[in-house]
Amino acid sequence: MVLDVKDLQYNEINEQLRAGSDDIQITGCCGQRFIAAGFSDKKIDISGIPGNALGAYLNGATINVNGNAQDAVGDTMNAGKIIIHGSIGDAAGYAMRGGEIYVQGDAGYRAGIHMKEYKEKRPVIVIGGKCGSFLGEYQAGGIIIVLGLSDDEREIVSNFPCTGMHGGVLYLRSDAKNIDFPSNVSAAEASAEDLDAVKGYINEFCGLFGYNTDEILNATFTKVVPDSKNPYKQMYVAN
Amino acid sequence: MKTEGQIRIPSGCAIAAVISKEGKKMSGEAITNSMRPMHDRSNGLGGGFAGYGIYPDYKEFYALHMFFDDRTTRKETETFLKERFEIVKSEIIPTRKMPAITNEPLIWRYFVAPLKSVLDRMQLDEREFVARTVMKINSEMKGAFVFSSGKNMGAFKAVGFPEDVGEFYRLEEYEGYSWTAHGRYPTNTPGWWGGAHPFTLLDYSIVHNGEISSYDANRRYIEMFGYKCTLQTDTEVITYIMDYLIRVQGLSPRDAANVIAAPFWETIDKTSDPAEKERLMYLRKVFPSLLITGPFSIVFGYKGGLMALNDRLKLRSMVVGEKDDMTYIASEEAAIRVMEPNVDKIWAPAGGEPVIINVKDGVSL
Repeated sequence: MVLDVKDLQYNEINEQLRAGSDDIQITGCCGQRFIAAGFSDKKIDISGIPGNALGAYLNGATINVNGNAQDAVGDTMNAGKIIIHGSIGDAAGYAMRGGEIYVQGDAGYRAGIHMKEYKEKRPVIVIGGKCGSFLGEYQAGGIIIVLGLSDDEREIVSNFPCTGMHGGVLYLRSDAKNIDFPSNVSAAEASAEDLDAVKGYINEFCGLFGYNTDEILNATFTKVVPDSKNPYKQMYVAN
Repeated sequence: MKTEGQIRIPSGCAIAAVISKEGKKMSGEAITNSMRPMHDRSNGLGGGFAGYGIYPDYKEFYALHMFFDDRTTRKETETFLKERFEIVKSEIIPTRKMPAITNEPLIWRYFVAPLKSVLDRMQLDEREFVARTVMKINSEMKGAFVFSSGKNMGAFKAVGFPEDVGEFYRLEEYEGYSWTAHGRYPTNTPGWWGGAHPFTLLDYSIVHNGEISSYDANRRYIEMFGYKCTLQTDTEVITYIMDYLIRVQGLSPRDAANVIAAPFWETIDKTSDPAEKERLMYLRKVFPSLLITGPFSIVFGYKGGLMALNDRLKLRSMVVGEKDDMTYIASEEAAIRVMEPNVDKIWAPAGGEPVIINVKDGVSL
């Protein structure tokens, strides 16, 4: 089923999506927010530019965007999958607590801010390009993987990554030698076992966007984890 | 009703802008339409636009756009203006009556030239004289407000949603080489026409999305130089800071950006080019009170150019797009796609990284 949303408000779009078939193609999207917010099933394919908070609270549905997406993709997402054939704005995966986000291009500032995990719920963000500053700010759980495949000159991640990180794990496809991490995290070269643990997600990324998994994995990866049970120690006050 | 100046207004907002590097003229229709997909970023309590190059027939004259509460105030203000300026044209700014825009004040414009005898007596250059006159009217003359005072440019603003404000002012009838736009989301005020963006002084204009936390420190400093912040909105002070840094102190827009969104000291420490490091340190040391903190994305308009800038932590979104000689700036990519569906390049500038676009040298403005 094809849904042209050119003149529809976000609430009308979501009503029609709910009433529609299991597999829906959205066309003519231009900035409408909250698309598929809270959806637990259906496959939604979007052409155009979806607005902020795409797939917020997503609970199992699959969203595919044939282009860029704006800010706060997958805000507080619980389960499901969001695939972006382009770049995303700021605060992608904000407070995400389950599900997977795959981005072919770059991410803006604060990707993965305050991601969290609990028992079997472990969210994943894979970014094919590079990230702005404050990647994984206050990360409390989940997995962020940045591949740095875009060919501009800048570093794979800009300033202040992992500020306030206290859980989860970050992988950068880089030796990260020019990147300053805060004192509350440890960064070291990822081992073969480390990469084995996330190979499935990289494989999925490569399948979606046409890369070769072995070539992508044939590089130095840096693994970053918080290094204590008290990550805020000395951050604000001596405690 | 309390007007602004009696209540402080935090605001959310949407911004957009467009410029042709070739100086090609475009009507205000596209910039008006660009605000439509960002409708939900505003709440109907303010919208506005600035257009550059819109008054070619009067480009030697300052275009004063004014709100008046009533006819008496207008008559008194006109008497005051005549003592200081030659008024070559005065007229009501044409508007379109529409249900979405109500309670309009009297809206007039005057094309004026300062009287030489007055300039000589006061020993002021023309621009300083006009700036002081605007300050005087806005701080001392109750019920009169100058909301635009540059040459060959003009601001248009109102209480309402921006797409309605664009229609209200019939912006499709103006042609400019650059435009900026704003949709406002003040959260605890009745809203007033003068408090909508852009905020302007001379040909400088600011549209702003954000809420700066250094407002009072910035205000206290800038008021030492004769500026009067009458509205207590954070954006007003940014406009005066830019006027002070660029017109009065002679800084370039890029230097001014490095003052108001100065890099962190630790980022300056890591700067490898010694001359660049020296420049950044110099600007931070000389103008520490003009550092603006808190979230902002702004578009600064001036004769022949635009500058887009985010706060250094990038707490607000902003994207830039390019196509041929056109550059587009907006809070959301969707707004850019309305103006140009097939942009060649689209990117998000880093926090504190100014994007400056000037009309090519040699183009007559």
